[in-house]
Amino acid sequence: MSDDGADAADETDETDAAPPTDRHYAEWLDALADGDGFALVCPEGHGSLPPRRVCPECGAADLSREPLDETGTVATYSVVHVPSPRFADDAPYATAVADFGPTRLTGIVRDGGADDEAPEVEIGDTIAVDVGERATDGERLVVFRPAGGR
Amino acid sequence: MTEVRVAGVGLTPFGRHPERTGRDLFGEAALRAFEDAAVDRADVEELNYGNFMGALAEHQGHQAPLMAEAAGVRCPATRYESACASAGVAVREAVRTVAAGDADVVLAGGMERMTNLPTDEVTEGLAIAADDLYEVRAGVTFPGAYALMANAYFDAYGGSREDLAHIASKNHENALPNEYAQYRREVSVAEAMDAPPVAEPLHLYDACPITDGASALVLVSEEYAAEHDLDASVAVTGTGQGTDRMALGDREHLARTPAADDAADAAYADAGVEAADVDVAEVHDCFTIAEVLALESLGLFEPGEGISAAREGLTTADGDLPVNLSGGLKAKGHPVGATGGSQIAELTRLLRGDHPNSEHVPEAEVGVAHNAGGTVASAVVHVLEVAG
Repeated sequence: MSDDGADAADETDETDAAPPTDRHYAEWLDALADGDGFALVCPEGHGSLPPRRVCPECGAADLSREPLDETGTVATYSVVHVPSPRFADDAPYATAVADFGPTRLTGIVRDGGADDEAPEVEIGDTIAVDVGERATDGERLVVFRPAGGR
Repeated sequence: MTEVRVAGVGLTPFGRHPERTGRDLFGEAALRAFEDAAVDRADVEELNYGNFMGALAEHQGHQAPLMAEAAGVRCPATRYESACASAGVAVREAVRTVAAGDADVVLAGGMERMTNLPTDEVTEGLAIAADDLYEVRAGVTFPGAYALMANAYFDAYGGSREDLAHIASKNHENALPNEYAQYRREVSVAEAMDAPPVAEPLHLYDACPITDGASALVLVSEEYAAEHDLDASVAVTGTGQGTDRMALGDREHLARTPAADDAADAAYADAGVEAADVDVAEVHDCFTIAEVLALESLGLFEPGEGISAAREGLTTADGDLPVNLSGGLKAKGHPVGATGGSQIAELTRLLRGDHPNSEHVPEAEVGVAHNAGGTVASAVVHVLEVAG
């Protein structure tokens, strides 16, 4: 259950630099960075991301943490040339929505090389998920890396 | 249930008015609406006002009482916020209030002031209409979100940037005679194709501009219109609203907009009309691809067929189904909190015959307005008809 994670985080609140509203997100990013990425999955098999009290598809309150698939498939993408201020030094960058089993993630595609050029990406590409940093201000964000194959 | 009539409509010119306050803009739109309606301000029983980012742009919350002052009305006043569908929901609640017999006269509309902020701050402000944790922090801008939908559409159904350029060109041409439009200049397909990229595949002319402006409508009951001998020949006969998951990535469809499907179904059922009855439409073309998605949700085109409608001349001013004769958000401008009201104002003028583009729809009896919030996590649809 996601609530268990919330209770555990309460105890470490004073040492957690993230604002309270970001606690679950920060915890989820920590897990992604450790290679333990997860989704909250309901008994019907609908996947979603924290914070979540109930399944947004069916309202079920019985959510379990299930590991994300190792790789995902690009469902759509765009190369952004005009960024928001928080991404001023990152543009141009490729942002993508990718299916990881029953859960969709949104992130920036990076190929592991120089980050100043958006890599080629196509719908159907296989990618892996990681945590990276924004060039603009060092904030963490979801990063997809090509995992080969289509 | 009583029939809801549009007694009067008022707009400010849409464009850059960075030196004018929101209260000044809405005051002007309301003044024009009252002049058009010939309704006594003292009879107004409620003000429903739409605004999205006024707290950021003007450091002004609690705008509804301020706008009641600006309009010269003294009645319960409420601000509605639903991103770019803010005025749409404000009008919808006004329609429901009058239809239910809870009021005879309601003032509805909206205002947005945007050009007083630097472009990057407007981009940031608009982005808050998306899911902050899982979209905005992953680099999704507002154009970026629609670009994700555009590529998903191309992948699912086909279509090209050139199809989208035809939509931009069409809407710019429609704006030429519209005295309220921000961009009254032609944009050729070639010019749109050559414009710099914003979020691929969307380029500069695929996007609506940053706009200041306000809209106001005086809605009255059929009985009030009769008692006061008002010239109120257009009725709002149907209203519908839909909601989808906030984040694009959490939706079942990346190339369709189910919230607008639901809104359209409800509005058509409320009015007792079908998509085939629609003669003219004003749809939420904040980006060219958004017009395509709107036409398909409204049932005016099958999924996959909306993309070529402008190129084939079906939705042009002289086509079978003219779409965005006002110029649309694309050329008329998109003051986000005012847009939903402005669409109804333009449709009313088109159906009454006093719009500069009314000549293209002389026999039109049924119009539909489609107003979307965010990446269509919210949608409001209204059906307007010439009253029998």
